[in-house]
Amino acid sequence: MIRTEEMLLNVGPQHPSTHGVFRLVIKIDGEMIIDAKPVIGYLHRGTEKIAENLQYTQIIPYTDRLDYLAAMTNNYVLCHAVETMMELEIPERAEYLRIITMELGRIASHLVWWGTYLLDLGATSPFLYAFREREMIINLLNEISGGRLTFNYMRVGGVKWDAPDGWIEKVKAFIPYMREQLAGYGDLVTGNEIFLNRVKGIGQYTKEEAMDYSLSGANLRCTGLAWDLRKNEPYSIYDRFSFEICTADTGDAWGRYQVRIQEIEQSLRILEQAVEQFPETGEVMGKVPKVIKPPKGETFVRIESPRGEIGCYIASEGKKEPYRLKFRRPSFYNLQILPKLLVGQNMANLIAILGAIDIVLGEVDG
Amino acid sequence: MSEKDKEQLKKEAAEKARAAAQRKREEREKKKEKSNDSASEMPQTTEDVTSNQDLEKQKAAAAAKAKAAALAKKKAKEAEGTETEPTANQDLEKQKAIAIAKAKAAAAAKRKAKNANENGDSEKAKAIAAAKAKAAAAAKAKGKITQAKETEVSEPITPSPQQPILDRYLNIVKEHYKDDILEDSYINRMSKHVPTIVVKLEHYYSLALLFKQHSGLHFEFLSELHGTDFETYMEIYVHLYSFKNKQSVALKVKMDRENPRVDSIASIWPGANWPECEAYDLLGIQFTNHPDLHRIMLGEDWVGHPLRKDYEPYDVEV
Repeated sequence: MIRTEEMLLNVGPQHPSTHGVFRLVIKIDGEMIIDAKPVIGYLHRGTEKIAENLQYTQIIPYTDRLDYLAAMTNNYVLCHAVETMMELEIPERAEYLRIITMELGRIASHLVWWGTYLLDLGATSPFLYAFREREMIINLLNEISGGRLTFNYMRVGGVKWDAPDGWIEKVKAFIPYMREQLAGYGDLVTGNEIFLNRVKGIGQYTKEEAMDYSLSGANLRCTGLAWDLRKNEPYSIYDRFSFEICTADTGDAWGRYQVRIQEIEQSLRILEQAVEQFPETGEVMGKVPKVIKPPKGETFVRIESPRGEIGCYIASEGKKEPYRLKFRRPSFYNLQILPKLLVGQNMANLIAILGAIDIVLGEVDG
Repeated sequence: MSEKDKEQLKKEAAEKARAAAQRKREEREKKKEKSNDSASEMPQTTEDVTSNQDLEKQKAAAAAKAKAAALAKKKAKEAEGTETEPTANQDLEKQKAIAIAKAKAAAAAKRKAKNANENGDSEKAKAIAAAKAKAAAAAKAKGKITQAKETEVSEPITPSPQQPILDRYLNIVKEHYKDDILEDSYINRMSKHVPTIVVKLEHYYSLALLFKQHSGLHFEFLSELHGTDFETYMEIYVHLYSFKNKQSVALKVKMDRENPRVDSIASIWPGANWPECEAYDLLGIQFTNHPDLHRIMLGEDWVGHPLRKDYEPYDVEV
C-alpha cells in the first residue's frame, strides 16, 4: 500500500528564483500543485506615504526604487503626471533624451529578464551574454545620469543633464552591435529544442483571462491583443516613430518570450530613429516655476513600462506636496494570476511560470 | 505572551494612536482658527506666531511702520512742492536740497511699494505706477499655473472632445436605472479629459457590473483601483478601459470615513482582488464579499492604517 498525503511547501522569501523577496506557500500532492498562495509585502517601504511629505522633485529618487530594472520609465511616469496637471511644454531635446534613455532602459530590462529566465530554466551561459550587453547600456546611462541603477535623471519639465559630447554617437554605435547580438541570442536559445519543450504550453491563459486579471505588457500581448500604450495612447513624442506592437497568440511562456525578444528589436528601431532626429541644439529643461505646485485637482496617467502599464495618480491641493500619490505598478497586477496558473501544474513548472511573468519585487511591494 | 495579552496590547496601542491623532487634529484646528483671526491684518502669519502677545506686538510694529511711512510721504510732498515752484536763480545749494528731498521721497515711496517709479511727476502718479508694477510682478510670479487657470475661467470653456462620450455613458446609465444613481459626472480635464462618474455608494456594484456587461460600454479591463482619504470622506477611484470601444472611464464612489464599507468588485474583475486588499490594508476600507480580504502589505498584526491622514505610527520599542 502506498500512502499519499498533501505537503505544504514554502518557497522564499529568500530564494534566487523568486527574483527578490517573494514568498509562495504551495500545497503539493506528490508532484502536482493543488494550491498556491503568494505572500508579498517584504519590500514594502511605504513610498506613497513618504511622498505625501515630499516635494515633487524629491519624490523622483523614490520612483527609481520601485522598478529598479527600468528606473527611467518610473522617473518619467511621475514627471508626466505632474506635467499633465500643469500643462507644461517640454523642449524637443529633452523629449528625445527621455525617449532614448527610456528605450535603452527597456532593452536593459528585457535583457535581465532574458538572462535570468534562462538561468531559472537551467541555462547558465545566456545570463553572461545578457549581462555583457546590459553592462554597455548601464555605462551609457551612467554617463548621462551619473547612476547605474537608480538614475534620478528626469525632472518635471525636462531632464537634469544634457547628453555629454559624443554620447549620441555611442548610442548610435550600440544599435548595430545589439542587433548582431540579438541574432546570436536567437541561434543560442530561441530555436533550441530543449528550451522550446520547456516553455511551450506552460502557464497558458486566454485573452479574456488576461484582461480579467488586469495583466499588461508582454503578459497581455502574448495572448494576441495588440495593446501598447506607446502606440495606442501616444505620450511624449512616441507618435513620431514607426514601430510595431509585438504580439504572440499562444498565451503561454513561449509567447511571452517571443514578445520580449521582439520588443528589444522594436526598441532598437525607435532608438535608431531618435538618434537620427536628435536636435543639434536646444534646452533640456522647460520653463518651470521654481516651486512646483500643480493646481488643485487630480490626474491619472499611464504609460508603457517594460513590465506593462505603469500609472501615476496624483491628487493635489495646490501645494508643494501631493495630497495623495499612487502608482499603478504593473508587476503587482501581473502577479495576481499566479495562483490560477500554478494550480494543477507539475512542481517542476513552478519556476518557469513565475519567471515568465517578469516581476520586480520593488514594484510589487511599492 | 498569550494570545489574549497580545490582543490587549494591540487594543491599547490602537487606543493610544487614536488619542494621539485626536490631539493632533485638535491642535491643527486651533492653529487654523488663530491664523483665520490674523489673516485680515497680517500678510501671512508664520508658524511660530502662535501666542496672542506676539500678534499684538506685530500689529503695533505694523502701525508704527505705517505712521513712519505717512510722515515720509508728507515730507516728500513738501519737498516736491518746492520743486514745482518756479526757481528764479539756479542756486547750486538749492538744487542739492531738492535732490536730497527727491531721494527721500523716492525712498519713502519705495518702502511703501517696492517697485516705485522714480519718473512720476506727482506722488499720486508714483503710487499708481508702483501699484501697477506690483501687480505685474505678482502676476509674473504666479506664473503659468494661474495664467492657465485665469484663461480657463475667463474664456467660455470649450466643450471637451470627450463630452459626447460622457453623454453616451450617461444615457446608457439613464436607460437602465429609473432613479438618479449618480452623484456627479464631469470631464476631468487635468487627467487627459477622462470622463469621470461618481456613483452613489449603494449602486456602485451594480453600475460596475453594467459597465462590464453592457455592449455599448464593455469595460473589460480594470486598469487601476485605489482609495484615498479626503479627511471628510473616503473615496475609491477605479480606472476602466474598453479595448473594444477604445475608451476609458474613471468611476468613483465616496463613503463614510469612520466606517468605510463598499462592495467588492473582485467578482467582476478578478484583477481588483489585490488592489482592494491594498486599500483595506493601507486605508482600512472594508470590501464586502471580497474573496480573501487580508492585510497584503503590512501583515495582520500591524496597528492602524498608514495612508489615513490621522495615522499615528505605533512602535512597541518606543
